[in-house]
Amino acid sequence: MRSILTVYRKELSDHFSSNRFLILLGLIYVAGLSSTYVAVSNIRDVASALDEHVFLYLFTTGGDVLPSFLTFISFFIPIIGIVFGFDAINSERNSGNLSRLLSQPIYRDSVINGKFLAGITTLAIIISSIVFIIAGIGLFSIGVPPSSEEILRIFFFIMICVVYGGLWMGLSILFSVTMNRTAASILTAIAIWIFIMFFLPIIANAIANAMVPLDGASMAEQIRNYTIENSILRVSPSTLFSESVLILLLPSTGHLQLSVVSLATTDVSSMIINPLSLSQSLLQVWPQLVAIVALAIICFAASYIVFMRQEIRST
Amino acid sequence: MNDNNIISARNLTKKYDKHLAVNDLTINIKKGEIFGLLGPNGAGKSTFILMALGLTEPTSGTIRVAGFNSTREPLKVKRITGYLPERIGFYEDMTARSNLAYTAELNRIPYREIDKKIDEVLEIVTLAENKKKLVKTFSKGMKQRLGIADVLIKDPQLVIFDEPTEGLDPKVANQVLSTIQDLNKNRNITFVLSSHQLNLMQRVCPRVGILSSGKLIGEGSVEKLGRRLFGGGKYRIEIELEKVTDSTVEKIKKLDKVVSLEKTGKHINVICNGDVRQDISRIIAAEGVLMTRMEMKQDALEEIYLRYFKEE
Repeated sequence: MRSILTVYRKELSDHFSSNRFLILLGLIYVAGLSSTYVAVSNIRDVASALDEHVFLYLFTTGGDVLPSFLTFISFFIPIIGIVFGFDAINSERNSGNLSRLLSQPIYRDSVINGKFLAGITTLAIIISSIVFIIAGIGLFSIGVPPSSEEILRIFFFIMICVVYGGLWMGLSILFSVTMNRTAASILTAIAIWIFIMFFLPIIANAIANAMVPLDGASMAEQIRNYTIENSILRVSPSTLFSESVLILLLPSTGHLQLSVVSLATTDVSSMIINPLSLSQSLLQVWPQLVAIVALAIICFAASYIVFMRQEIRST
Repeated sequence: MNDNNIISARNLTKKYDKHLAVNDLTINIKKGEIFGLLGPNGAGKSTFILMALGLTEPTSGTIRVAGFNSTREPLKVKRITGYLPERIGFYEDMTARSNLAYTAELNRIPYREIDKKIDEVLEIVTLAENKKKLVKTFSKGMKQRLGIADVLIKDPQLVIFDEPTEGLDPKVANQVLSTIQDLNKNRNITFVLSSHQLNLMQRVCPRVGILSSGKLIGEGSVEKLGRRLFGGGKYRIEIELEKVTDSTVEKIKKLDKVVSLEKTGKHINVICNGDVRQDISRIIAAEGVLMTRMEMKQDALEEIYLRYFKEE
């Protein structure tokens, strides 16, 4: 355990003193503060019309030009995860440090565990800090303190963000274990992220439309088309993350499946309790949460197993 | 296991799919010696080192370091063994001190002792003045010396050094070898050196092992290996004459210290136990034959090495 802590401390210090950390932190702060400015302006205009969860709108409200903080963070978390993991092992191997490190009296898994934990901690600090800054600005500018339920919702939101980031970090660590070149590992991880973020929705839509065409489709067919598209999209961790944080931060959204139906039949939305309580929201997102956690564990476990079985040579 | 052995391998075999990297290797390396591990690329030297450190498991056989089974007790082995790989790496953006402090922490040296220990080991390798400098500003020689400091942090009983002088200029290479000899003498640290620079190895290694295709094909002192190859003689004298006559050959053969003689065309190879060049010169002059070259070789490791692989 002590060796994990030693590796962890060293990696953490490396992350905090690295340029990549400062750049990512700067980008997220700029994005977060801009979206908060827009959110605060919009909330002020319609404050009286909003329900009890006013504070949470700080994170979910966007404007015409700038999207919400939630949209920004959904975009940035995979990047942070990839950036803090893509060279975890192969850079150590290429620099000749890995064989020196493993010749010390430590278990091999201390290296990968320490690095993963340090990456997760850095990610958690980045996300928590911007969330707390936004909360502070919100508290000051809209003058409404968060309720205990809102605080809990924000806490769960941060947790989900960290686990989602851990998934991408696990994936990029896997590439750093299996690929010798750091350029190859980051490019592969980014290619997968681009596919999931931009191409999978197009593919899912095309498949759904091919299976159930929407031209002249009945309501039942439209719902079937949506169900097919959504089922395909749920392969993507990005969809799972968006669904879970949306339900958590927008309790008024209601049931995931019914939200689409409500677009077509306004009377359906009145059939569900609105807004959902925290426990109901958590129950709603439980499958998504379990899937994200499982995917994160699978990615890290794969990199762990490959690393443990690898032969470490200095040349 | 014999208490005098720091490394003891018994029928050690390592197989990668169909490739046999180490083949039924049995070797003992004694405590307090500087042992040279020789062999061409792919001979199994690195695989042997990895198995000794517990970084890879043998397919069969056992290897013990200071009595600890490397496969089952790798942490105990690594606690007393320092390893300097051929391409030693440091965290370039960290200072020499920070790099050593990291190693010290991984070796569970108490925090209050770390600074003292770092100063002590940097003094040994004459890098004390550079401890606050970033490693990226170090030359290759300085990095190699920092590597020695890095392994000394844990007060090792055994240091395995892969290509200790590779890429170093002769002056720095000599400094590194002198440090190795001093540490061996003053701290009784056993060194296992794996290298291709045979002349340098001969300078510091009283005993060597020659590996080929995963097998130990020769082991012992350089002198012993030389005698075995050169038919019991300590020296080999190569003579090139304009014309080799039977009477010249017979007269050289009859010299006291000559063990054997081999004639090939215009060349005569004399194996002997002493320097008989003057006697040979006299015989050749008396015969009235023109001598174009005469060279004496004293069981040089390079000779031994080349002869072994010629025989292979």
